[in-house]
Amino acid sequence: MSLDSKIPEGPLKDKWTNHKNNIRLVNPANKRNIDIIVVGTGLAGGSAAATLAELGYNVKAFCYQDSPRRAHSIAAQGGINAAKNYQGDGDSTYRLFYDTIKGGDYRSREANVYRLAEVSANIIDQCVAQGVPFARDYGGLLDNRSFGGVLVSRTFYAKGQTGQQLLLGAYSAMNRQIAKGKIQMYNRHEMLDVVLVDGKARGIIARNLVTGEIERHSAHAVVLGSGGYGNVFFLSTNAMGSNVTASWKAHKKGAYFANPCYTQIHPTCIPVHGTQQSKLTLMSESLRNDGRIWVPKKLEDAQAVREGKLKPVDIKEEDRDYYLERRYPSFGNLVPRDVASRAAKERCDAGFGVVNNDTKEGVFLDFSSAILRYGKEEANVKGIENPSDEKIKELGKKVIENKYGNLFEMYQQITDENPYETPMKIYPAVHYTMGGIWVDYNLMTTVPGLYATGECNFSDHGANRLGASALMQGLADGYFVLPYTIGDYLADDIRTGPIPTDSKEFEEAENKVTDELNKLINNNGSKSVDYFHKKLGLIMWNKVGMARNEKGLKEAIQEIAELREEFYKDVRVPGELNELNQELEKAGRVADFLELGELFARDALEREESCGGHFREEFQTEEGEALRKDDSYTYVAAWEYTGKPSEAVLHKEDLKFENVELKTRSYK
Amino acid sequence: MSASNNINITLKVWRQKNAQSKGQLESYDLKNVSTDSSFLEMLDQLNEELINEGKSPVTFDHDCREGICGACSLYINGRPHGPGNRVTTCQLHMRSFKDGETIYVEPWRAAAFPVIKDLMTDRSSFDRIQHAGGYVSVNTSGNTQDANALPIEKENADKAFDAATCIGCGACVAACKNASASLFVAAKVSQYALLPQGQVEAKDRVLNMVKQAQKEGFGPCSNTGACEVECPKGISLENIARMNREYLAASLSK
Ligand SMILES: Cc1cc2nc3c(=O)[nH]c(=O)nc-3n(C[C@H](O)[C@H](O)[C@H](O)COP(=O)(O)OP(=O)(O)OC[C@H]3O[C@@H](n4cnc5c(N)ncnc54)[C@H](O)[C@@H]3O)c2cc1C
Ligand code: SF4
Ligand code: FES
Repeated sequence: MSLDSKIPEGPLKDKWTNHKNNIRLVNPANKRNIDIIVVGTGLAGGSAAATLAELGYNVKAFCYQDSPRRAHSIAAQGGINAAKNYQGDGDSTYRLFYDTIKGGDYRSREANVYRLAEVSANIIDQCVAQGVPFARDYGGLLDNRSFGGVLVSRTFYAKGQTGQQLLLGAYSAMNRQIAKGKIQMYNRHEMLDVVLVDGKARGIIARNLVTGEIERHSAHAVVLGSGGYGNVFFLSTNAMGSNVTASWKAHKKGAYFANPCYTQIHPTCIPVHGTQQSKLTLMSESLRNDGRIWVPKKLEDAQAVREGKLKPVDIKEEDRDYYLERRYPSFGNLVPRDVASRAAKERCDAGFGVVNNDTKEGVFLDFSSAILRYGKEEANVKGIENPSDEKIKELGKKVIENKYGNLFEMYQQITDENPYETPMKIYPAVHYTMGGIWVDYNLMTTVPGLYATGECNFSDHGANRLGASALMQGLADGYFVLPYTIGDYLADDIRTGPIPTDSKEFEEAENKVTDELNKLINNNGSKSVDYFHKKLGLIMWNKVGMARNEKGLKEAIQEIAELREEFYKDVRVPGELNELNQELEKAGRVADFLELGELFARDALEREESCGGHFREEFQTEEGEALRKDDSYTYVAAWEYTGKPSEAVLHKEDLKFENVELKTRSYK
Repeated sequence: MSASNNINITLKVWRQKNAQSKGQLESYDLKNVSTDSSFLEMLDQLNEELINEGKSPVTFDHDCREGICGACSLYINGRPHGPGNRVTTCQLHMRSFKDGETIYVEPWRAAAFPVIKDLMTDRSSFDRIQHAGGYVSVNTSGNTQDANALPIEKENADKAFDAATCIGCGACVAACKNASASLFVAAKVSQYALLPQGQVEAKDRVLNMVKQAQKEGFGPCSNTGACEVECPKGISLENIARMNREYLAASLSK
C-alpha cells in the first residue's frame, strides 16, 4: 500500500480552512445513528469523546483507570503552548510553526504542524471558558512562561499542575455528556484488539478489568487516544500503566507504526535511587526558566560531592561549570530537551556526575541565583530599603514557591533534600515518544475508520518535541481536528445501521484474545512479569537509549527476541482470567512491549543519521552535535507488520519542505 | 540522595478476594526494604516475593506515582495515606518507618466506596457526583471569546486553582467518622463559585452535587475537620463554608 498523507492543496496558511470547507459533513439527525469508540480519556481521547458527543454522535469511551480523570495526562506539569502573543514579544502562528519544525529537527510534516499552531490559540479560549484556572497576573490577565527551544514566552500554565487542570477541564466536558447519556463510559476496561469488518475498523475487544470478562463493542469508527510507549524502557516518567497495547494491537491489524525510535529523553528528572525503583519523576522543564544547570569544574570536587565530603553550596562560583550556558550562549539553560540531555550525559560520562549511585549520573539544577534576583526585585517592589541578605532570600524563596511550590515539595518528598537550600540533582530520563501510529492529515491510520490522536500518533513533533507542545497537540487533535475530519469518513455510514457484534470477525477476535490470555495464565513459569520488564528496560536504556550505534542496536534486536522467547517459556502469571488480576494486565502489556522494543531498535538501526532524540554515535559533528543526513533520511519511516517485528516492511513518506529551509539546528 | 539504609518490617495487610467475600488481615515479614523506596515500591517488593512463592499478590490502585492522579488510596496505620501531612500514599517513603515496625495497611472504609479486591475500592460515586454538575455548560467548538476578554481577579483565580487541585482520592471520606464527601464536593463547587464562568449554573450545581452525594450514601458533615488534616492536597475547610453559603442561598431562591 502506498502512503497517502492527504495533505490538502494550496498555500500553507489556507490548507486547514480550505480542507474544512471542502470535507463532507454528517447532518445532526444522522449523527444520532452513528457510534464511535474512543479508547483513552487523556487530553486527546477525553477532548475527542466530549466533542464528538456534543456534535451528536453516540460515544463509548474506554480507559483502564477507575475514572477518566486519572489518565496519564493528569501528570503533565509545566504548561501548554499557544501562539497568543499576549506578551507582545513577537509571537505568531508562523513562529510557533517554525519553532516546532526546527525543534523537531525537520522531521515532521509542515501542513500538520502549521495547523497545530493555527488552532493553538483557540485551545486557551476554550479551556478558560470551561473554567480552567490558569495562572494570572495582578491585572487579572493570563500569565506566560518560557520553555526550551524558543525565544518567546508562550506557555500558559497552572503552577506545576497544568496537565491536571486541562484534563479536569476535558473530564468536565465529558461529564456533561455522560450526564446526558451521549457518552457511555467504560472505566477499568482495557482494549485488547481492534475488530475489522470488510477491512474497516468496526469495534474492539476489551477486558473488563474488575470481572475479567472479555467483551465485544462495536462502532462505526474507532479512535485511539491511548498515550505513549515510553514504558518500554521500564523506567520512565510515564504512569505505571502507560502502555503500547492499544497501538500495538492496531499495528498488528494493519496500522503502520511510524518512527518508533524517536523518543524523548527529558533532561530534568530525579536520578535513580536504587534497584527497587519503579518509575522516575520529572522535574518540569519550566524550572529551567529559573534554575541553572551545572557540574563541578574539577573532577576531585565531583568525587568529593558524591562521597558526601563536599557540599555543592560550598563550591565557589569559579569552580562551577555551567556547561549549557558555556556551550550554547544564546539559549543557555533553555536549549531543547535532546540537546540538554546529551550535554548532561557528556559531562557525566567524563566523570563529573554528582550523584552517589551505581552510575554516578546526575547534575545540579540550582535556584540560588534566581532566589537572589527575585528577592531583590520584590524588595524594590515592596519599597524595602537596604534589605538584609536574609530578607532578600526570604522574599526570593516566596517567589520561587509561588511558581514551582508543588515541584519543590515533590522533590523534597522523594529525595529528602530541601531544594530551596541546596541545588536539586537531576538526570535525563525517558519521557515521551514522538513516534507512534502513522496517520494522515485527517488523523486516520492506514486502517480505514481507525484514527489515532495525541501521543499515540506520530504526527506533529518530528524527531524531538518541544516542551508544552504535547498538551497542545492532544487538545488540538481532540477538540478541533478529529471531530471535523472524522465526519468526512462517517458520511458514508449514515445508512449502515448498528454494527452487529455476533459476526465471525468479532468472534474470531474475541477467541484470539481469550487464547492469548489463557496462555499467559497457564504458563506456570518461574519468573514474574516485572523481571522481564526490567530486563527489557535495561537493554533498551543501554543500547537504544540516549546514544545508539550499529553494533549495540544489532545486539539489542537479538537480545530482545531472546528475551521474548524466554518470557513465553518462563513467565509466571498468578490468578485467574475471570477475576481482577493486575499481574495478567501487566503481562499482556509487557508481551507487547517485547515486540515493540524490537521494531524500535530496528528503526533506530535503519536511520543512519542523528536527528532530534535519535542520536547515532556514528553520525555527529566534531563538536558532538547531531548530524542529519537530509538527502537520504528526510522521510517518515512507517512500518508494516508482517509477523515478526524485526521483519516489518518499511514504507517511506517523503517529507517536503516548501515553506522552511532545512538548516542545521543551532542554539549557540 | 540522603543516606539510605535497609529496614525489616512486618506488614498486616487487608486481603479480600472480591466484593462479596469477607476479608481479613494477613501478616507478612519483609526484609531489606530500602528507606529510599516509596511505600508502593515496598509493596512491589512484597508482591514480587509473593509471586515467587506462588501466592497471590496484593491488589492496590496506583498509576502516576507522583501524587497527582489520585489512584493510590491506602489506609496506613489508621491514617489515610499514612503518616505525614500533605502526601499521597505513592509519595510516602519508607524513611518514615522504623526498623522492626509493624505496619497496618487497609483500604478506604466507607459505604460509598465498596471494596473490589484487597486494598482496591470502587470510587465511581465520586464520578457520579461530578456528572451531577461538575462542569460549565460550554460547547467545545472553539467559538468562545478570547481568553483575555475575561480578566479574573488574581486572588479569586488563585483560590479557584487551589480548590481545583483536588485529586479525587477520597482520603477526606476515609478520614471522616461520617464518611462525608463534603471536602471533595466543596472543592469543585468552590472552583466554579469563585470564577465568573461558573456563575450561570451555580445554583443548580451546588444543589445537584450535594443531592447526588447524599444519594451515594456519603454522610453529613459535622465540621470535625479531619478531612482537611488528611487531605494530601491541603484543600481547605473554607471551601466547605463556601459551599454551605452557596447551598443556603440556592435553596432559598429556588
Ligand atoms: C511527568 C510528565 C509531565 C509532562 N508535562 C508536560 C507539559 O508540561 N506539557 C506538555 O505539553 N506535555 C507534557 N507531558 C507530556 C503529556 O503529558 C503527554 O504526552 C500527554 O498528556 C498524552 O496525552 P494522551 O491523551 O495522548 O494520552 P494519555 O494521557 O496517556 O492517556 C491515555 C489514555 O488511554 C487509556 N488507555 C491506554 N491504553 C488503553 C487500553 N489498551 N485500553 C483502554 N484504555 C487505554 C488510558 O486509560 C488513558 O485514559 C508530560 C508527560 C509526563 C510524563
Ligand atoms: S479533597 Fe483532598 S482528600 Fe478529598 S478527594 Fe480531594 S484531594 Fe483527596
Ligand atoms: S499513584 Fe497517582 S496519586 Fe498516587
